[in-house]
Amino acid sequence: MKTSGVEFRGLRRVFGSTVALDGLDLAVEPGELMALLGPSGCGKTTALRCVAGFEHPDAGAVLIDGKDITRLPANRRDAGMVFQSYSLFPNLNARDNVAFGLRVRKVPAARRHARAAELLELVGLPEHGGRYPHELSGGQQQRVALARALALEPRVLLLDEPLSALDAKVRVTLREEIRRLQLDLGITTIFVTHDQEEALSIADRVAVLRAGRLEQVGPPAEVYDRPATPFVAEFVGAMNHIPGRLSGDEVTVLGGFLPVDGPIPQGPEVDVLVRPEAVVVTPLAVPGASAAERSPSAAGDRALVVASSFRGSSARLRIRLGDLELLADVPGHDAVRLAPGTPVTVDLVHRPVLVAPSTRPTAVTTPGTSSPDGADAAGATPKTPAATPGSAAPESAAPGSRPGSPDGAGTAGATTEASGAAVRRDAR
Amino acid sequence: MAAVTPILPGDTGEAPATAGPPGRAGRPARRRAWRGVVLIVAAVYFLVPMGASFWFTVHNERQGFSLSTYAEILTAQGFATSMLLSLALAATTIAVVLALTLPAMLAVRLGAPRLGPVLEVLCTLPLVVPPITFVTGISTVLRWGPEYLATTPFWATLIAIQNETFPVVLVMAYVVLGLPFVYRSLDAGLRAIDVRTLVEAARNLGASWPHVMFRVIVPNLRPAIASASFLTLALVLGEYTVAALLGYQTFPVWIVTISGANGRLSVAVSILSLLITWLLLLVLSGAGTKRKDSR
Repeated sequence: MKTSGVEFRGLRRVFGSTVALDGLDLAVEPGELMALLGPSGCGKTTALRCVAGFEHPDAGAVLIDGKDITRLPANRRDAGMVFQSYSLFPNLNARDNVAFGLRVRKVPAARRHARAAELLELVGLPEHGGRYPHELSGGQQQRVALARALALEPRVLLLDEPLSALDAKVRVTLREEIRRLQLDLGITTIFVTHDQEEALSIADRVAVLRAGRLEQVGPPAEVYDRPATPFVAEFVGAMNHIPGRLSGDEVTVLGGFLPVDGPIPQGPEVDVLVRPEAVVVTPLAVPGASAAERSPSAAGDRALVVASSFRGSSARLRIRLGDLELLADVPGHDAVRLAPGTPVTVDLVHRPVLVAPSTRPTAVTTPGTSSPDGADAAGATPKTPAATPGSAAPESAAPGSRPGSPDGAGTAGATTEASGAAVRRDAR
Repeated sequence: MAAVTPILPGDTGEAPATAGPPGRAGRPARRRAWRGVVLIVAAVYFLVPMGASFWFTVHNERQGFSLSTYAEILTAQGFATSMLLSLALAATTIAVVLALTLPAMLAVRLGAPRLGPVLEVLCTLPLVVPPITFVTGISTVLRWGPEYLATTPFWATLIAIQNETFPVVLVMAYVVLGLPFVYRSLDAGLRAIDVRTLVEAARNLGASWPHVMFRVIVPNLRPAIASASFLTLALVLGEYTVAALLGYQTFPVWIVTISGANGRLSVAVSILSLLITWLLLLVLSGAGTKRKDSR
């Protein structure tokens, strides 16, 4: 199968007063599976529809193989698409659905049927050719839709949240199959999703979009471990913001020292960004038992579990520590020991951490002011976190933030600079 | 009612023997009985007048039972021509009204959803205009035509559309009268399918617009198109006011004309036309549900 690269150049699309795409620049390499990830309304679907030709950008261009296809009608784009909603033609059976595109191209019936059978085999439905869409399950319908999109050997495969209508189990198996097929065929694929787990698990690279702009693009591990902006940090997985104090290339946080990874912002008051799985929670009832596994954050801090949501293999705890609220992931079998109301100590796994300029008004710059929830900001005690994961983006919670940028530029005077401006980074 | 009462004890009596508590088992039986009642009442309401009409056409005090009235129909003056005219008008009207509304409704759905309510109001408007007002308007327009236009194609057109053998003006009038019904039928059909996704899927697979229309939309709207066609057919075959006032001999006009001279014959023709309409309904609904086999 041919492989082609796709490029978005300054793509802009406005619907009434909503800006769906605000100058999107992104290049998808040939043979790559690129996930477009973002909350609803971030423009990811619009970007995909611009490739398919169902949406026409107000400015900018879409290129396939370096050729501008922005003005090409949708039926001449050579890009196979799988839709979010079930899109099989209800009047045709699975085989004829797969063969639809071949029929349009006037491929003789015998070859058409052979190709359809081959593709149904490829998506694991060799026996279902004679079934009509209403006789197929949701997962099977999407498989047929995938086979139909691949029938014409398109240069690009476009997947518009193809799994969102399916139940959890089918979603996981089908996404793995999509990945397997994509690797087998080596077809350039753009996969739109709002599910970060889906994006991280199958994509070669993930592009995080927000309000029509690119926030970050990079391999899943990089996007997860080194989010370029606070938005990415919040959207891709959960993130704790723990106040800390810089000293050289180390940061004091929760009474321990941790090395700093990435750029070092100015000013001693910073936010240490910690993933929930890097928070070690030990019940107080068994003192000393965890001494060996403790990080050098030493004694640990006394805290209280306030909520717990069990997820099978793991449990996510909400822990109150003074004014601070933390999220922590613990193994599922620990969930019982760590029921809400249990006093615990909290440590951080000893590994380099990302820090961001403090999102709270600091005692130095704004003495006497209260932090957003009214807690007293004066003194050296840790202050209230500006935002817990899942809440609004940090900028909106506390103006004056400035995400760390990897090149280290523009970190000076961070607390007073441009709030809310998204900093973009192309990680390639 | 008398016919239903025996069913009730019989069914409830047997129910406990099969399974379950008697109260619950008795419920379906009672529901069935009620269905029977409703069916019988409805059947009486519809069938008694028809039966009476039929009796009137075949019974005669002097001869007793006789089908001679029906034999008369075929030879009656004007039957064949008026019937054929009405059928031709119906076929043309169906073709024109579908060719107008379907693309318009698709275009509005895909390209300008905000115009949807406008289209709906436009298409429903004919329902609120009384036919008599409508026909008065038409005849006024047809009579209008200043002398200085006599040599222009405008006059020629006005005359051509009033051609006795095939009055195009009636087709135009019936298209307008049929709009509300056609709109409703197609709207229901379009609501039942995800038009946008189907169109986009087809376009994505390389289909041209005509291909999308005839290979994707029309096949999936079969039932809706069939019901739109049938409603239009019924409308045209039964429409009297416009045709009569404009002076054309369509089938309903012919029935009214002969009823003065031969009452029995006119009733027989009415029954016959009812049967013909039913037959066409069956044909159309058959076409609507028939699934095209893949080749």
